Amino acid sequence: MNTLNELKCTFPARSENESFARTMVCAFAAQLDPTVEELADLRTAVSEAVTNCIVHAYRGLPAGMIAVTVRLLPEGVIYIRIADKGCGIADIGQAMTPLYSSAPAEERAGLGFTVMQNFTDQLNVTSRPGRGTTVTMRKKLGNGGE
Amino acid sequence: MLELKQEPQKLTAFLSGEIDHHRAKELREAIDFAVREQYPPTVILDFRRVTFMDSSGIGLIMGRSRLLEEYGGTLEIHNPPPQIRKVLRISGADRLAVIRSYAEPPKQPDPAAPAPPDAEQHAEQKEAEHEYAQ
Repeated sequence: MNTLNELKCTFPARSENESFARTMVCAFAAQLDPTVEELADLRTAVSEAVTNCIVHAYRGLPAGMIAVTVRLLPEGVIYIRIADKGCGIADIGQAMTPLYSSAPAEERAGLGFTVMQNFTDQLNVTSRPGRGTTVTMRKKLGNGGE
Repeated sequence: MLELKQEPQKLTAFLSGEIDHHRAKELREAIDFAVREQYPPTVILDFRRVTFMDSSGIGLIMGRSRLLEEYGGTLEIHNPPPQIRKVLRISGADRLAVIRSYAEPPKQPDPAAPAPPDAEQHAEQKEAEHEYAQ
């Protein structure tokens, strides 16, 4: 993977950081000259992934960290990796089912992964119960670079 | 960040700024408090000044829809900017609420209708979209 530029950031899984995380990724992505719509898609997808970490990953555990890696790849592709070291997801298929939420009492719509899938080109989720979850997304932005 | 307008038959919540998980709780509590004060037949969530919304906003809409179902109220979503319309479309929220954009030209303009409020609304919508684009 030929990385042209890279950003790494780690921050506590606190809801105050949701806005910061999506704004940070979009500010970095601006180098790829994305359209307004692409940037809005990216902002939304990142917000969903980070919110999942904050709502679910450290439930009943001491609050942990979220690690975000952003890479700018050739041909205008942005790669985003959002990882936690929380409780993990036992059944990823169920978690990705539209409208399924393990936290309905908190009015979670159960659409986080659905939004990530729809707003990016590629979504991968890997998880190990007790170890944590890693979400990676790729999206082609702008005119594909020079 | 939330302006509530109570009228005899309806409650309008003018939402603004970014709606995410961090902010959803306070919005939900404020709206529900106003709903329970009067149980209005129509509740309108106006999104014209909302600059960002993720699925936490869908949770907010779903929850209010359930609350209104309890007493037979109707939920309406007004003036969602493009990014929010996209999130609404993916979520199927159009099945939970009537979605209206008053910024679009009305199909059958009523000559008797007073012009200034509509013009004002249009200007506000443009302003909201401008903010969104930045």
